[in-house]
Amino acid sequence: MSVVSLLKAGPNTTLQDLGREGFLKYGLSRGGAMDRHALLEASALLGGDMSIAAIETPTGLQATVSAPQRVALTGAPMKADIDGRALRWNASHILMPDEVLTLRPSGRGVYGYVAFGGGFDERKQLGSVATHLGARLGKGLQGGDQLKLGQDNNLAAPPLAVPIADRFSGGRLRFVTGPQTEHYSVDVFERFVATRFRKSGQANRQAAKLEHAGAGFNATDQLGVVSDVIVPGDIQMTGAGEPYVLMAECQTIGGYPRIGAVLEEDMPVVAQAAPDSELWFEVISLEEADRLFTPERDVLRRFRDISEPVIRSPHDIANLLSYQLISGAVAGDEE
Amino acid sequence: MSHMPAILPLGTEGYLVRFADQLDDVANRAVLRFATEVEADEIAGVLEVSTALASVFVRFDRGVAARKDIVNSLQALLNSRDWFADTKIQPARLWRVPALYGGDAGPQLREAAELAGVSQEAAVRELSQSRVRVLALGFAPGQPYLGMLPEHWNIGRQAELTPSVPAGALVIAVRQLVLFANPSPTGWRQIALTKLPLFDVNAEHPFALTAGDELVFEAVSEHDFALLETENMGGAKLEEAAT
Repeated sequence: MSVVSLLKAGPNTTLQDLGREGFLKYGLSRGGAMDRHALLEASALLGGDMSIAAIETPTGLQATVSAPQRVALTGAPMKADIDGRALRWNASHILMPDEVLTLRPSGRGVYGYVAFGGGFDERKQLGSVATHLGARLGKGLQGGDQLKLGQDNNLAAPPLAVPIADRFSGGRLRFVTGPQTEHYSVDVFERFVATRFRKSGQANRQAAKLEHAGAGFNATDQLGVVSDVIVPGDIQMTGAGEPYVLMAECQTIGGYPRIGAVLEEDMPVVAQAAPDSELWFEVISLEEADRLFTPERDVLRRFRDISEPVIRSPHDIANLLSYQLISGAVAGDEE
Repeated sequence: MSHMPAILPLGTEGYLVRFADQLDDVANRAVLRFATEVEADEIAGVLEVSTALASVFVRFDRGVAARKDIVNSLQALLNSRDWFADTKIQPARLWRVPALYGGDAGPQLREAAELAGVSQEAAVRELSQSRVRVLALGFAPGQPYLGMLPEHWNIGRQAELTPSVPAGALVIAVRQLVLFANPSPTGWRQIALTKLPLFDVNAEHPFALTAGDELVFEAVSEHDFALLETENMGGAKLEEAAT
């Protein structure tokens, strides 16, 4: 068995995979990584599949491993180093025991991800290792915590890099109208799509608040809406008419009216927009949304296709030569 | 308002089948029946079915099923009968849940009873015998919205939120009861405490309740309530209701 030990972990650092499906009827939302594309990129970098899991952090961490592991760094580009040696982002690297991997937020984007070549060997709950803070499944990671890893059997695989798709400073959010859009007047709706919003600092795994100058976006009968099914991406208005985009850990039913729902393809933009980033909405038809739809398996395939080998650093080669890669990880400095 | 029931897109990968704009008992029964039938139909591409108070949500995989085929399947099922006329749901499960009413366990029982126009004793007697149905689960995993109580329980929420009620708190408003899964702020009035665990990921059945289950909150003494601590499911007993 191999472990990753967290020497430090900032607030809201959690273990995530693609979440758990099939429990909506019990009131449990899917949860999972806030930036699902980052998880799929990590999977492509490590030759993994849809079962990929990673540590998600908006605040940075320091970690060591007990046996050599490839590590993939994806999501919000952070300042990353191993023992002070700067690391390329959206790439895989070798982390040796007794080396320290450090990630620090750079101000670009929000959530950074670290995945390991051996994968996580943590106990699944309802089919997933994802921490769901809202449902009290798992808990935030802290310095001193250890997570079990599988042995990385592909240490000799060439390090890979995937081009960084910029989704870290806000932008356009495409959305479709929904069952409650009719609660908004044409005037309010048109003002909504014409408004430039800023991502609030009030954003977590449940919802992201958007701010704007001017009047709120009130439904014509705000208080008369019976509690109904909600989905991640829903743009929910509070009583004051302030929009919140509902995120991975949103509740499953709710009583506030919603003007529409952001496309899943654009949810990484919402998740990764740093506070104060500008965001705006563009309404599209369901037919258009279906044309844009790419199953996540195909997204993973695309990331594999565009990943390319990077020249292995002399440091890695020197370290790897001290390991017997064929017969398993045995340190060369053992007596 | 649109004609009911209505099939409405919700997000890009689901449809809401809405049976009413307001919560009512007949619509909720229609919702539960329809959800059961959609699950039983095993429509190709349907990933999951969930329910709210007055609507059914059907999530599908766009990689497997065409949008129009899902809509057609749902419409055909809707057309197959009058969902509002046939109000029987079976087989409902009945839970007998021991509850400690009033005092510290139900600090607002007196106020709620006053608003309902009954004495505290009459309220406990009535609620102890009232079978309420799980109208929907939500807000927290496994947390039920229960109803419908008789019209005199159509009491409003409090003007101020109670900062926190404990897990197991039974609260009342608008002809409904909510049983809290976790400590939570609420605008509803707390009338009792129970010990039924609603969500335990390590249990054989992590979610105790299913929408459509019926519950009755039977009054027990403070002494008996304290003894429930060691009992399986907080002393709640499950009966399969007669069909």
